[in-house]
Amino acid sequence: MLKVEKLSGGYDRQLIVKNVTFQVEKGEMLGILGPNGSGKSTLLKVISGILHKESGDVLIDGKLLTTYSSKELAKKMAVLPQLHSHAFSHTVRDTIALGRYPHQSGLFSSWSDEDEAAVVGAMKQMGIEKYEHHMLDLLSGGEQQRVFVAQALAQQAPILLLDEPTNHLDIAHQKQLLDTIKTQANENAMTIISIFHDINLASLYCDRLLLMDQGEVKVIGEPHEVVMKEKIETVYKARISTNPHPERPKPQITILPDIKERCEEKLITIENFQVTDELVVFQAEHQLKTWSSAVINAGTGWYRTFVNRRVDAFYNIDNAQTEMQQFLTNRGYSETETVGMMTAVYTKDAVIKQYDGDFGSVIIMVTAGVGNAVDVAKAYEVEALPAIGTINTWIIINGELAEEAFIQAVITATEAKTKALAYEQVKDPRTGTIATGTSTDSVLVAATQQGAYIPYAGPITEVGKKIGLGVYECTVEAIQTYKKAKGWE
Amino acid sequence: MSKAMIGYILSIAALLVAIWLGVSVGSVKVPISTLWDTGADAIASNIVWKIRMPRVVLAGLVGASLAIAGAAFQGLLKNPLADPYTLGVSSGASVGAVTTLFFGISVPFLGIFTLPVFSMIGALVTMFLVISFAKLVDRAMKMETIILTGIIFSSFLGSVISLMIALTGEELRQIISWLLGSVSMRGWSFVQMAIPFVLIGTLLLWLNRRELNAMLFGEERAQHLGVNVKKRKMMILIGGSMLTGTAVAVSGTIGFVGLVVPHMTRLLFGSDNRHVLPLSFINGAALLIICDLVSRTIIAPTELPIGVITAFIGAPVFAFIFFRQRKKGGI
Repeated sequence: MLKVEKLSGGYDRQLIVKNVTFQVEKGEMLGILGPNGSGKSTLLKVISGILHKESGDVLIDGKLLTTYSSKELAKKMAVLPQLHSHAFSHTVRDTIALGRYPHQSGLFSSWSDEDEAAVVGAMKQMGIEKYEHHMLDLLSGGEQQRVFVAQALAQQAPILLLDEPTNHLDIAHQKQLLDTIKTQANENAMTIISIFHDINLASLYCDRLLLMDQGEVKVIGEPHEVVMKEKIETVYKARISTNPHPERPKPQITILPDIKERCEEKLITIENFQVTDELVVFQAEHQLKTWSSAVINAGTGWYRTFVNRRVDAFYNIDNAQTEMQQFLTNRGYSETETVGMMTAVYTKDAVIKQYDGDFGSVIIMVTAGVGNAVDVAKAYEVEALPAIGTINTWIIINGELAEEAFIQAVITATEAKTKALAYEQVKDPRTGTIATGTSTDSVLVAATQQGAYIPYAGPITEVGKKIGLGVYECTVEAIQTYKKAKGWE
Repeated sequence: MSKAMIGYILSIAALLVAIWLGVSVGSVKVPISTLWDTGADAIASNIVWKIRMPRVVLAGLVGASLAIAGAAFQGLLKNPLADPYTLGVSSGASVGAVTTLFFGISVPFLGIFTLPVFSMIGALVTMFLVISFAKLVDRAMKMETIILTGIIFSSFLGSVISLMIALTGEELRQIISWLLGSVSMRGWSFVQMAIPFVLIGTLLLWLNRRELNAMLFGEERAQHLGVNVKKRKMMILIGGSMLTGTAVAVSGTIGFVGLVVPHMTRLLFGSDNRHVLPLSFINGAALLIICDLVSRTIIAPTELPIGVITAFIGAPVFAFIFFRQRKKGGI
């Protein structure tokens, strides 16, 4: 356990670390964050006793740091500094073996089995056994870094101070190293303090984070309390946005660049559509921010081609994703830039309309097959039967949509679609009630993210009104066309 | 067999060969057996015991001292070009020695050890000055900074010595030849004078062999690894200065031994200081015995100063190391 109380210190004339207080428990990993020159490394040096402290205390297991002898301290605390220099060539093994220095005593200080086990174990943990007899200076920067981490691990101290341990490492080795260290913290109840440059790595691996600003603690707490847009932006003076990690409940950040892009107008119109017997294709010059429930590239992303493909009634749905991907690739549509949907209706029957407003414009595309219409409120009453019929709705907007506007656009569009079905008296054949949609409807909302900023897209906003009107009109028209084609009317 | 083991066997063999040659070769050829043959020729026995043997032993002690001190300085300063000579420590020791002679200083309880003790003090003071100055110039203490500082101090101290010599007139002319370095006509009393300090100095350094290994990665790193850097550094500086001071007191300034020997040792047997220190000690002895042999035989009957021979070998090696380090982009 390590306790730092009102610690101030730095170089001879300059106080760099000011009044820092925190505590790290056994088995805990604390990450230290802060911009360049915020005093992270200096703090580590003052804690490890390399630089003198002006005031305050460092306590290890309740005892003052200064009461430990050099060797005792090294048994308690291992340090991995940021820069390494070495004048003469050592082998990897000799370098790691130096980590055993504090455990050896006596004039001849023999090498014990315990020493050997610690060195071999550390090499294994860092995956550098194969370099055992290599010369250190012939290894790459990343390999050397792993050797020095192994040296610190061989020290077998319960407290580990690390200054940017992932320096020089590729992502596989960053992950391996941090996994190893985190496992050490968990399994051997080690106390770990590590400086990070990479806010995302720190957030992902640390239990708590300490954000430093100009030598002082700006904030300390769990990652979600520290990695916040305003705090990070104020301290680092860089624009960022935060988003959740896909697997762990930890916040991640994304840098928002301030590059002046050539101010090209990315306006899209109805001219961007092309309809063939088989496909409805929308193609834009630039990528649009897209949110969809398509077959290919669903979710959020930046895409510039949207494809709505007609398949016949005998299409084998089991392998749809792979087949569709293959189909798109064969047609020359880029795998990473295309959103793909499927429909059973004739693509020639697609309804595509443009609605202009003060904010910009909305283009709606609807293909509707209602042979599979479902009343969602009664759906629990009946066994779902696989049937053909889908309503695909695209809403493409000239404007800059906020996250919530994307969601509201989907709500608005869905409500308008349901209203259209009601107007057309489309019924769920199983329950005989008015249908709300089909069982396989898809929706796509895309925006150029240029032009007017659109924070909301509910029916109270202008863009919401256009979406509501557009989707309603287009869906009604598409259903009527469908009915005609089926000979229902 | 480990690399180090081979190193010890080869080095000891080389030392024995050097002693054998040093004793037997000269203006009069003497068989080595004279050393143990009680019935040997009286003149031969005299040559061996009164002239050659003390000379060989003294050369060995001086060579060993300079080499191990060089190895330690290199480790401590992480600087492959450091040695008592390039650091200016030898010059400091010379000033100490010349001052003793110049003022006729004799400290009663030190007796014959007055000269080496003052030499050591000169060496130690210079060492501290050089390191402090170099640190002041450049916190990182780059290789070139230290060596340049050494040169500055060397030149300054050299002129101090010249001044003292000029002021004394005739009596100290002999000092000039002494300054160029020589182990001739010193006799057993010089060996006696040197032995205790060589032993203590060597022990001080040997006790820090593992600490020197740690310090190769920097003083901060060494401290993290549990080395009491302040104390250990002091021990190494005192040990190294003691050895340098002693060597200078008995033989004048002999350059480059502390540079060449540890470098060759590392090249051949690896850079683990647990072995570099003892092996440099042995090889330094062998090298200086051979150099002395060459210096007194190459243009016999005239004797060359031994420092000429060591510089002849040492300067190119210095250039080579410098070249290699810069190519490596290191330090």
